[in-house]
Amino acid sequence: MSTVTKSTGPAAVPLRFATPIGGVAGTSFKPEHLPAILEGGPRRGFFEVHAENYMGAGGPPHRALEAIRRDHPLSLHGVCMSIGGPRPLDKTHLARFRGLVARYQPALVSEHLAWSTHETSFFNDLLPLPYTEATLACVCDHIDQVQEAIRRPLLLENPSTYVAFRESSMSETDFIRAVAERTGCGLLLDVNNVFVSATNHGFSALEYLANFPLSQVREIHLAGHAEQADDEGDLLLIDSQDGPVADAVWKLYEIVIRLRGAVPTLIEWDSKIPDWPVLQAEAIAAQAILDRHQSAVPAGERHAA
Amino acid sequence: MPHEAGLSFAASFAPALLDPARSTPDGVTGPNGKAAGRRYDVYRNNVTVSLIDALAAIYPAVQRITGADFFRAMARSHVRSNPPASPLLFEYGRDFPDFMARYEHAQAMPWLPDVARIERAWLDAYHAADALPLSPARLSAVTPNRLADLVFVPHPAARCLRSQYAAVTIFAANRDDAPVARIDASTPEDALITRPEFDVTVRRLPPGGAVFADRLISGRPLGEAASSALEASSEFDIAANIAGLIEAGAFTSLACGDQ
Repeated sequence: MSTVTKSTGPAAVPLRFATPIGGVAGTSFKPEHLPAILEGGPRRGFFEVHAENYMGAGGPPHRALEAIRRDHPLSLHGVCMSIGGPRPLDKTHLARFRGLVARYQPALVSEHLAWSTHETSFFNDLLPLPYTEATLACVCDHIDQVQEAIRRPLLLENPSTYVAFRESSMSETDFIRAVAERTGCGLLLDVNNVFVSATNHGFSALEYLANFPLSQVREIHLAGHAEQADDEGDLLLIDSQDGPVADAVWKLYEIVIRLRGAVPTLIEWDSKIPDWPVLQAEAIAAQAILDRHQSAVPAGERHAA
Repeated sequence: MPHEAGLSFAASFAPALLDPARSTPDGVTGPNGKAAGRRYDVYRNNVTVSLIDALAAIYPAVQRITGADFFRAMARSHVRSNPPASPLLFEYGRDFPDFMARYEHAQAMPWLPDVARIERAWLDAYHAADALPLSPARLSAVTPNRLADLVFVPHPAARCLRSQYAAVTIFAANRDDAPVARIDASTPEDALITRPEFDVTVRRLPPGGAVFADRLISGRPLGEAASSALEASSEFDIAANIAGLIEAGAFTSLACGDQ
């Protein structure tokens, strides 16, 4: 590993991103795919795991992750840190997260702009927050704590949401830009989430992307969604991550890559898991788009910190 | 508990997530003032269904025995009254077996909570720390006059459970999709759960074996464990039980007790 991932210095040392893995496409890692992945041998790309699934002391999950990590870059994606919640971060959980980063030396480390725990209950969902000066200060404080713990920048993912808050005083893109500026974190742009939220809240996905600080984007997520209806019978999209990426999302993705240059892109597929070749085919499709834009220099890496 | 200024949104948003009797929280809305009822229900559904799914993943044999509809109704009731306290879902459901024992509609299946306890122990063994099991040769090297004081260091995955019912047989018959023959549920069975390397195994312990294994796993000396086991069952066979526990991977090493 490159020395920049060994951030053992004092807190005053600036945080460094791990060595960029370039414009490659990866997939969620699902243990049922391990035999097929190992049989195929090392390949271009990376795998992403939910950090919480590997927070047990030992056993088969760690053995599988070690096997994957031996030959591929890893993306560690936290789901339960509750960065967007008003309560102090769970110190025990933060220590477990730091332990995984140290053990597996992932190329990418990310979490969500959302919350999942309140008081003593863990709700196992990515819940929304209002965008105000008060929540901005709270989110920035939480991200500072995470980055302090893992000694490297976190990538923060934009959410998909179904409701808005009347008390919000700024747009999601302004909020995310302010978080990135104040904390130095990178961003994980989930293009499906943009499409889902744009549909649900009646704004333009292209306008959202135009306002999004693309130069800070260091990973992209693509996933499938499902359709429901709201109280008025209008279309309500659900971030179900249980199917192929929609055509409209592929189109938005290509626009993003044209603007941003090639960045690591993940096909996220978390339920109704298909056979490995189906998931792999989605990654191959993303790689083809990335390869068309490999020559473009990503804006954020021209002057890496 | 008081909330900092401008941070009361979670206290307002959270209570209705697992309580269908509560109305949509104040302060949430659709675009342009549209209603947020069905929109908020997406979160309610995500929370409830994902936690029921988590219990179904931890207790597959219980679900197979009860059928999916029965299981999901029972799990929904449990999820609403006992949501997880930890973000690690593989830690969830520790009090679900006790809940089943009290659950009105499960009273005709008195062995169900014990089957569930075996499934919970199975998952704990699956995630337990890695450790090399004790080699049988180590025991052969101990001089006979030291045997009674010998203490066994338990493997992190080793667990012992006792049941008044045929819980091990019922568990084993329902952890996959193979057809299940008729089982006499009234035979008491004790379970030893181990994971010597990466595969969790569940075996039935012979008469007296559970008392013996339980004492040894608790760190009691061999002589005391054997006496307790013989009190529990006159059929208890010390040599076969030690060999069986070591072969199952219940221990990692030997230590001598108080000298």
